[in-house]
Amino acid sequence: MSTTVISARGLARTFELKSGPVHAVRGIDLSVAAGEILGFLGPNGAGKTTTLRMLTTLLPPSGGAAEVAGCDLRRDPAGVRRAIGYVAQAGGLDPACSVREELVTQGRLHRLGRAESRERAERLAGELALVELMERPTGALSGGQRRRLEIALGLVNRPAVLFLDEPTTGLDPGSRAELWDLVRRIRDEQGTTVFLTTHYLDEADALADRIVVVDAGTVAAEGSPADLKARYAGDPAAPLQDAFLAITGHGARDEHAPVAI
Amino acid sequence: MRELLADTGVIFGRCMRATTRSKTNLFFGMLQPLLFLALFGPLLTRLSLGVDGSSWQAFVPGVIVQLAILGGSYVGLGIIVERGQGVIDRMRVTPVRPAALLLGRTLRDVVQLAVQAALLVLLGLAFGLRAPVAGVLAGFVFVAVLSAALSALSYGLAMNVRTPPEFAAIANTAGMPLMLLSGLLLPMTLAPGWLDGASRFVPFRYTVDAVRQAYLGHYTSGTFAIGAAVTAVFAAVSLTGGAWLFRRGG
Repeated sequence: MSTTVISARGLARTFELKSGPVHAVRGIDLSVAAGEILGFLGPNGAGKTTTLRMLTTLLPPSGGAAEVAGCDLRRDPAGVRRAIGYVAQAGGLDPACSVREELVTQGRLHRLGRAESRERAERLAGELALVELMERPTGALSGGQRRRLEIALGLVNRPAVLFLDEPTTGLDPGSRAELWDLVRRIRDEQGTTVFLTTHYLDEADALADRIVVVDAGTVAAEGSPADLKARYAGDPAAPLQDAFLAITGHGARDEHAPVAI
Repeated sequence: MRELLADTGVIFGRCMRATTRSKTNLFFGMLQPLLFLALFGPLLTRLSLGVDGSSWQAFVPGVIVQLAILGGSYVGLGIIVERGQGVIDRMRVTPVRPAALLLGRTLRDVVQLAVQAALLVLLGLAFGLRAPVAGVLAGFVFVAVLSAALSALSYGLAMNVRTPPEFAAIANTAGMPLMLLSGLLLPMTLAPGWLDGASRFVPFRYTVDAVRQAYLGHYTSGTFAIGAAVTAVFAAVSLTGGAWLFRRGG
């Protein structure tokens, strides 16, 4: 029987702007099983990043409730942070810091001792092919190397859930394929649950066990890639793009501003 | 509390490494106030700066407090860059206490200022500054507290603005009149009544007056006591406000 590691009920976020309230997320229900790779898709402005920022404790919800790795988002945000890894789209690297310094510091931020942080840094460098780059400033890394380091930082605390926000944006096809293999390996070898937002529908199709499509701040559809394609495109072998278009009425990169009231 | 101290230590260490890594910034950051003291201080030696001692006993405290105000006010620019790089979010999604993200950086700024202040005093001694060691040390404590307060406010503000130019505009607009009204370089006793009156609402005036008293060895004077009290209250309010803004922002 699978264990649920992320559950959200009516999760909502409203931004109070001078022009009036903007309902970025309007009540999302979500359930993610342990060891699952979940693709979280939606057009621009659909509420993907806002949802991800709420689930990673960066943004307090305006409504609803959620649990991540057994910790309540509102009552125990520190517990959530101990149990998750987060790789932001912006990356989070200081270009002047060396790879080693970033890895060791991340360990210290997760309250590992000095020796343990160094040991963990060496181990992750080995697992993510960063050994030769340990003394290099992160600003001198290629896009693919940077992404591998950012994922290594997200894994320092052996998280139950790894949140990846648009992890392959800006990468060349070779680096993207490498990264897909890496994400699969993390799930298969460590049992880590992966919550992935992406604009690339082929990426979600190739990687995700299950896909949740959000549109205008609510869940518009969910299911396995084959299931969504069968239901919305009429053919399990159709491109995911066809299903996505049928669900949302627009492409994954189209702007879809949140509804203002 | 132990966790907060440990977290603060980790952030402080990272920030200090970043500061010492940038040799150009470090060198020119240190050089600028020294040049100011060397090139402007000698112009004042024949003027009465409103204190009993030499002009250096009035000028060096003014420059040190000015350094704390200028340095502290603009540190927020750095965190806007870090926020754009995603460094702050990356750190916020760890168990590290949010207050430590602020305190570690603030502590780095205080250490940097203390080193600059020490160099300024040494250069001042070469030019003719004479002051009791206890007074100089008391001055360091005043500027360290002031620097911590302004750094915390600066980081808090920076976390709530979108771009460096926005931040710089706010810091310039607030900083310039506050500095002029503090009597850092010339005593406010030279000012017309309305200006002197306005300056009494600026806390830095009391800080610099107290540091000048410390350099004269007047530790029991009312001016020293009032300066200490005003600086402490300003620091408490600024640190609390800065921490609140920092947590709210981003």
